[in-house]
Amino acid sequence: MQWKQVTAAALLSVAANQAMAAELKVQIEVPSIDIAEYHRPYVAVWIENAKGRHQQDLAVWYDLEMRDNEGTKWLKDLRLWWRRSGRQLEMPVDGISSATRPAGAHEMVFAADDPKLADLPAGEYRLVVEAARELGGRELLRLPFQWPAEAAQKQTQQGEHELGRVALELTP
Amino acid sequence: MNIKRLSACALLALGLGTAMNAQAHRTWMLPSATVLSGENTWVTVDGAVSNSLFYFEHFPLQLGGLKITSPTGAEVEAQNQAKGKYRSTFDVELKEDGTYTLEMRRQGIFARYTQDGEPKRWFGRAEKMERRIPKDAQDLQISEVDNRMQVFVTKGAPSDETFKPTGDGLELVPVTHPNDLFTGEEVTFQFLADGQPAKGMEAVLIRGGIRYRDDVDEIKLTTDDEGHLKVTFEEPGMYWLNLKGEQPSTEIEGATKRLGYTATLEVLPL
Repeated sequence: MQWKQVTAAALLSVAANQAMAAELKVQIEVPSIDIAEYHRPYVAVWIENAKGRHQQDLAVWYDLEMRDNEGTKWLKDLRLWWRRSGRQLEMPVDGISSATRPAGAHEMVFAADDPKLADLPAGEYRLVVEAARELGGRELLRLPFQWPAEAAQKQTQQGEHELGRVALELTP
Repeated sequence: MNIKRLSACALLALGLGTAMNAQAHRTWMLPSATVLSGENTWVTVDGAVSNSLFYFEHFPLQLGGLKITSPTGAEVEAQNQAKGKYRSTFDVELKEDGTYTLEMRRQGIFARYTQDGEPKRWFGRAEKMERRIPKDAQDLQISEVDNRMQVFVTKGAPSDETFKPTGDGLELVPVTHPNDLFTGEEVTFQFLADGQPAKGMEAVLIRGGIRYRDDVDEIKLTTDDEGHLKVTFEEPGMYWLNLKGEQPSTEIEGATKRLGYTATLEVLPL
């Protein structure tokens, strides 16, 4: 009991320390959809510049456990991401690709010195989140931000069908 | 009478319907997808001659002469070929990354003449013309016909390898890649006729699904002096592109060369 408390406290303080560091935090809600045949959505998260030019992939959630890499067949349904980046890549990509997520809120935190962000020149950007679901639809949300963050920034968008609440938080 | 009908049918089936009939039969191939990802990737393709797009209602496409070229220039087999009443089908396995070109070419001589007061017509290869057209043919009108039909499909990123102009017939040179078409973006294609800019050629673009709208909604265009065609698609879908032009034949003195180009293009929503 005591130990548990200590551990919890230690973890909390670690978390607190991390929150102090410069970082980019993305929260993506996968909506729960009550249908007979539900497949988790494929989701791509990337950064584009103010002109819409692709800068950096942050994450691609897809079915990477299928036999013979068959889950890559539907990557092109992430239509914009496929055009901007995916079709140039050999999947899976280390540090980018991971499995699809169940309904609920999911968080990704990138430290400012993460290689994905470290080379980003100062300027205006947009975080792009695109979701596509088998037997379902596709949805895309854009959240603008300034990099590097000089002050705390917070952006929220509400998806309508394939995405729930998507939030972006920057800590300087 | 019967023979006449037969030969008309044969010509139609050859995909020359558009070239010779007032009723606008359209020849086309329709791929199941043009943008693909992943491994073990296939497309299945339908081919037909019809009035309405893209419906099977008139003739199956004759698949003889179909040529499929891989992104690296290798010839690819059209698998599982079948011909039904109204359509033909085949499958293509996409083993390489890049753009594949599926092509059908129809070249030949079309002749109209009268013999013993009867109007006749003949279509065949140039070298057979002399033997096949009777010596006593009157009012002989000869034209060279050269139609090219193409469909493009891409696995992974689009590539340009299969678009190198050959200088033969009507050819598309991608300024915008034909497997990278999106609504709201200006698309530019260049056309070459026997290697030279195909200027002043009439082009038409028609979106599939004609059955479910009142108007055909043809997009009518003409190529400019450099053979460029520019268009911004407002609606996503599969489009039938057809270009027609004429120029003096280099094969037969005094004859006209009728050039045709047909493609099925997929436009995705942005």
